[in-house]
Amino acid sequence: MRKALFVASAAMLLAAGPAVTPAWAQQKTIKIGFVSTFSGPTAVIGNDMRNSFELALDHLGRKMGGLPVEVIYEDDGQKPDVGKQKTEKLIESDKVDFIAGYIWSNVLLASLKPIVDSKTFLVIANAGPSQVAGELCSPTVFSTSWQNDQTPQAMGTYMNSKGVKSVYLIGPNYAAGKDMLAGVASTYKGKIVGQDLTTWPSQLDFSAELAKAKASGAEAVFVFYPGAAGVQFLNQYAAAGLKGTIPLYTAFTIDELSLPLQKENALGVPGAQQWVNDLPNEQNKKFVADYRKKYTGLRPTFYGAQSYDAAQLINSAVVATKGNLADKVAVQKAMEKADFKSVRGNFKFGKNHMPIQNFYLQDVVKDADGQLVLKTVATIVKDSQDRFHDKCPMK
Amino acid sequence: MTLFFEQCLNGLQFGLLLFLLAAGLTLVFGIMDLVNLAHGSLYMLGAYFAATFSVWTGNFVFGAVLALAATLVVGMAVEVIVMRRLYSRDHLDHVLGTFGLILFFDESVRLIWGPAGLSLPLPPWLSGSVQILSGFQYSAYRLAIIVVTLGVAAFLYILVMRTRIGMLVRAGASNREMVGALGVNIKLLYTLVFGLGAALAGLAGLMQAPILTVQIGMGENILILAFVVTVIGGIGSIRGALVAALLVGVLDTLGRAFFPDILRTMLSPTAASALAPALSSMLIYLLMAIVLVIKPEGLFSAGNK
Repeated sequence: MRKALFVASAAMLLAAGPAVTPAWAQQKTIKIGFVSTFSGPTAVIGNDMRNSFELALDHLGRKMGGLPVEVIYEDDGQKPDVGKQKTEKLIESDKVDFIAGYIWSNVLLASLKPIVDSKTFLVIANAGPSQVAGELCSPTVFSTSWQNDQTPQAMGTYMNSKGVKSVYLIGPNYAAGKDMLAGVASTYKGKIVGQDLTTWPSQLDFSAELAKAKASGAEAVFVFYPGAAGVQFLNQYAAAGLKGTIPLYTAFTIDELSLPLQKENALGVPGAQQWVNDLPNEQNKKFVADYRKKYTGLRPTFYGAQSYDAAQLINSAVVATKGNLADKVAVQKAMEKADFKSVRGNFKFGKNHMPIQNFYLQDVVKDADGQLVLKTVATIVKDSQDRFHDKCPMK
Repeated sequence: MTLFFEQCLNGLQFGLLLFLLAAGLTLVFGIMDLVNLAHGSLYMLGAYFAATFSVWTGNFVFGAVLALAATLVVGMAVEVIVMRRLYSRDHLDHVLGTFGLILFFDESVRLIWGPAGLSLPLPPWLSGSVQILSGFQYSAYRLAIIVVTLGVAAFLYILVMRTRIGMLVRAGASNREMVGALGVNIKLLYTLVFGLGAALAGLAGLMQAPILTVQIGMGENILILAFVVTVIGGIGSIRGALVAALLVGVLDTLGRAFFPDILRTMLSPTAASALAPALSSMLIYLLMAIVLVIKPEGLFSAGNK
């Protein structure tokens, strides 16, 4: 397969002749390393990210600034130590120009140092630990997703507007889980009657936590469980008789991958997100339509949307610097402009290279065919900036 | 008070589920002296079979019964094809061989069912909650798990303590060579015991499936707990497995439920919420360490050697 692709691209190069090969090309290919989870229970997320990244390359004609692109996908197995090894391999042995990906905050934090030390450009396509937005920010590190706190902050704001007086928080005990619960707490004005952090990623039975939430008398429950754990949580929430009695508010718990498994249990459960599949901009319509055409039976998720944007951001920098990636400052300046059409609608980078962007309220509804789909209901916050940018020493 | 009662029920349900897994593990370990890391894969297969068959038959209970039979068959096939070659080797080879089986089953499941996982929806009569006392609702399905596992525990008790097969099983756990020397068809007995263990693991998997998602590698986390239960209960002892499973289940659930609150009275809230999940998941291993110090053979040793 890879060989066939190589032959095909070589043939295309030959056919096109020297006319499209720019004289300023100092290197032959743009090498991108992509680290995500491609094995284990959360491999579906990694696959969606890879699919979207590949689709972006298709849309770019598999070239950036006239140069062919080579992507090396590496599997972190959702483990920080493995992620770090794979990252070091990409930097030291593959000598990639860019690294993209990272679903998990703890994997990213473990892999960050070799990337920053080697001054390799990093485009984070999901994870958003507070440290990276704050004291660990770096000139070569960018994000096309969000800082972890931003999404739950939006949810906290929404709960205020709904007049929720007390809430019980539940999330997993790792970098992102702690950020998420802190994020809600920072904007939510009512009373937080209790919170639980559960062992991650091994604990999947939430009976003890649900019983406590029920007994606490909270008016609502906020939860953050990405991937398969979100399916289990919603199923158990319904089985415990809580659905319909205590309203549930979520972040990153319901997406196009988990929804087919959550089914009716997700119906009417609100979530906050910076991207929803039905956002009405042209780039997004093209992304969603072509994704569904290329990968029959699948729907893109926000993970995919962020990966699509990551490829577009890298492309924008390669084009702006005419492929001269040796000039790191020029590449950095080009990336800071975020000069590409994002599928979430255009956004700006803060000085810490985190997006300043809108957050939308998404809801699960039935579409015309009776299928459950995610739908944008409203804009919760406009131009939200993370609350750690002041801690970033970059100017 | 209802909270405490509910958490005890949660612990009981979790413990009984662990018992199903540990019972098979302890039988296989005790009787055949075989360390079977692939026990978790059989748990996973039970869940996948149940999810598939209940869609085919359109009935949850039929699907579950078919899945149980299918796991039994797979278990016996694995014993005949793979395990027989491992008995005479040492424990390290068992670990290596059965670890290979885990990879084999995980990859096979990925090929057959895909990487995304399945869901096993409950029939309406099980998906709601039941009123046990006034103002106290409990999940109907979790209650059903408790009833079914108690039934299975009773069945196992009768099978092991009151039947001829059970007598051979107990004899095998105490002294394998002697049972063979007395002319018992030890090969057949091994295949049956392994199949029974597989079916129990499959039952645990399929009962857990509606609560959790059916996914690749779902057996690996719970397998560690099943090993802990086996070690605490004493290798080869069904009674030990039951007592240890209940201890572990209740301790784990109550630890998760009340430990953070207890810590919060002593530490700052942030320190407590960071520390509590780590400490409460250590409780089980502390219990194991204490049991091993006091009774190195486990609570109820089957008395081999």
